[in-house]
Formats: sequence, structure tokens, C-alpha cells
Amino acid sequence: MDNMTIIAVASIITAGITTGFGTMAPALGEGRAVATALSSLAQQPDASATITRTLFVGLAMIESTAIYCFVITMILIFVNPFWNHVIA
Amino acid sequence: MRLSADELIFWQYGFFKLNATIVFTWGLMLVLAVGSKLITRKISTDMKRSRWQNLLEIIITGMEKQIEEVGLGQPRKYLPFLGTLFLFVAASSLCTVIPGYQPPTGSLSTTTALALCVFVSVPFFGINEQGVGNYIKSYMQPTPIMLPFNILSELTRTLALAVRLFGNMMSGAMIVGILLTLVPFIFPIIMTVLGLLTGMVQAYIFSILAAVYIAAATRARVASLQPNTKH
Repeated sequence: MDNMTIIAVASIITAGITTGFGTMAPALGEGRAVATALSSLAQQPDASATITRTLFVGLAMIESTAIYCFVITMILIFVNPFWNHVIA
Repeated sequence: MRLSADELIFWQYGFFKLNATIVFTWGLMLVLAVGSKLITRKISTDMKRSRWQNLLEIIITGMEKQIEEVGLGQPRKYLPFLGTLFLFVAASSLCTVIPGYQPPTGSLSTTTALALCVFVSVPFFGINEQGVGNYIKSYMQPTPIMLPFNILSELTRTLALAVRLFGNMMSGAMIVGILLTLVPFIFPIIMTVLGLLTGMVQAYIFSILAAVYIAAATRARVASLQPNTKH
């Protein structure tokens, strides 16, 4: 295999692994967060505004880790710096 | 496939490029500014008011309430900055229903600019509220050992703010683009609707996070007034 093939194979495989693991962990975290929020909503419906707001902000913080993985994947597939370096 | 609206160039003269991000940003700014100017031109204080004025009042009072709930005492002081952030991000994601429109927040340069505004405004409001000395002291709040971590967190949360918004808006456009090649009928519309929801949530989160950061910078004085056991 020449350099370009190795870079292409490594980038594609890494992109897949990044997306897989990068969505798995935030999904577990978000599931736990939503489950806890739902049970506290059932216990205290009066505090729904505060709980919902905190939940949304927390979910966005958790989800941003998945978004980082997505951005890395997109960089690896579409604007790979190593690939561009070899081509140039 | 285009990764961002930066690569769609309308007009180029030497070094100067007019890409889709700049065009749509200025278009949105024009719509927001001229729209609010037109609405507030004949504003009324009695019971009879126009429907546009009602809309603006709902938006403004809603934002004010949210800012107050985060913990900022005088929402009117922070409303111009946080409200503008919210309105711009929300409008830029709402306008995706217009065909041919590319959200300017789907470009990393726009979101970095917005995050840098937050980065600059946090010490600005903090110093404004509690003075230079107290603000710098708030960086060594629990112990002076925490100083490098506090500075690092200031930088990383700015990065996170920029990349979060960029990733969300870009992924929405990207998913629709990929789906158009796989299932060109109906399903992309559902994803576009989902993208609208994500855009609104992201606009809310962006401004709420900015409010939380500002609140943390301005409220440190209250924490330092409380009796401290160790120091």
C-alpha cells in the first residue's frame, strides 16, 4: 500500500470508530439525564420550568461532546489535512 | 459537498471575497434592524397596539424573564447583548425554510466571532460590576492553585461555545444533503423540521450559556462576602 491508500484507509476507519464511540457515550449520558429529569418532574411538577431549563442546558453540554466527534469525522472525511498534504 | 457556506463565493475581487456567509449575515442584520425600526416607529402605550408590537413585547419580556431566572439581577443591563445573540442565532436558523438560504451560523467563522463577543463581554461585565481587583481575585476563588484551570476553562468554554453551534447547524445541513442523495422525497423535509427545532434550542442554549457565564463573573462578589472558613 502506498501512502495515500494508508491515509485513506486510516481516515475512513477512524471516522467510523469516532462516530460510533462518540455517539455511544453521550447517548448513555443523555438517557440518564432525561430519566432523572422525568422522575423529578413526576415528583415535583411545580418545579417543571427550572427542571426543563436545566435539563436543556445540560443536554446541550452533553451533546456538544458528540458534536465534537462529528466535527472530527467531517474533517477526516471532507477536509483531511494529511490527505491534502500528500496530494500537494 | 460544501462543508460550510464559506465556500460558496458570489463575487471576488483580488483578496476580497464576498461569500454566502457574509451576504446572509448582512441580510439577516438588515432584516432584524429594519424590522425592529419599522415596528417601534409607531409604538403605542395604550391598550390598542399593533400585532407586531405584541410580538416584539412577547419576545423581549420572555428574554428578560429568562435572563432574570439565570441569576442576573438587572436584566435590562444585559438584554441588548444577550438578546441580540439570541435573535441573530434564532433568525439565522429559522430562515432555513427559505430555499437557497445557507445559515451563516453553519460557518465556523461566524460562530467564532459570536463566541469571541461572549469571551470579551464576560470580563467587561464582571469588571463593570465588581471592579478590576475583585474580578481578578475571582480567578483564584477557592485557592490560588486553581488559577491556571480557571483561565483554561475560560478559553475552552469559548471554543466549546463556537464549535457546538457550528457543529449543530452544519450537521443539520449536512444530514439533509446526504439524505437528498438517498431518499429524495419527503424524508428530508422531516429532517429540516427537526433542524428548525435544533436551531431554536441551540439559539436558546447559546444565549443562556452566555448569561450563565456573565452571571458567574458578576456574582463572585456575593460568594466572597460569605464567611470563609479557611482563609
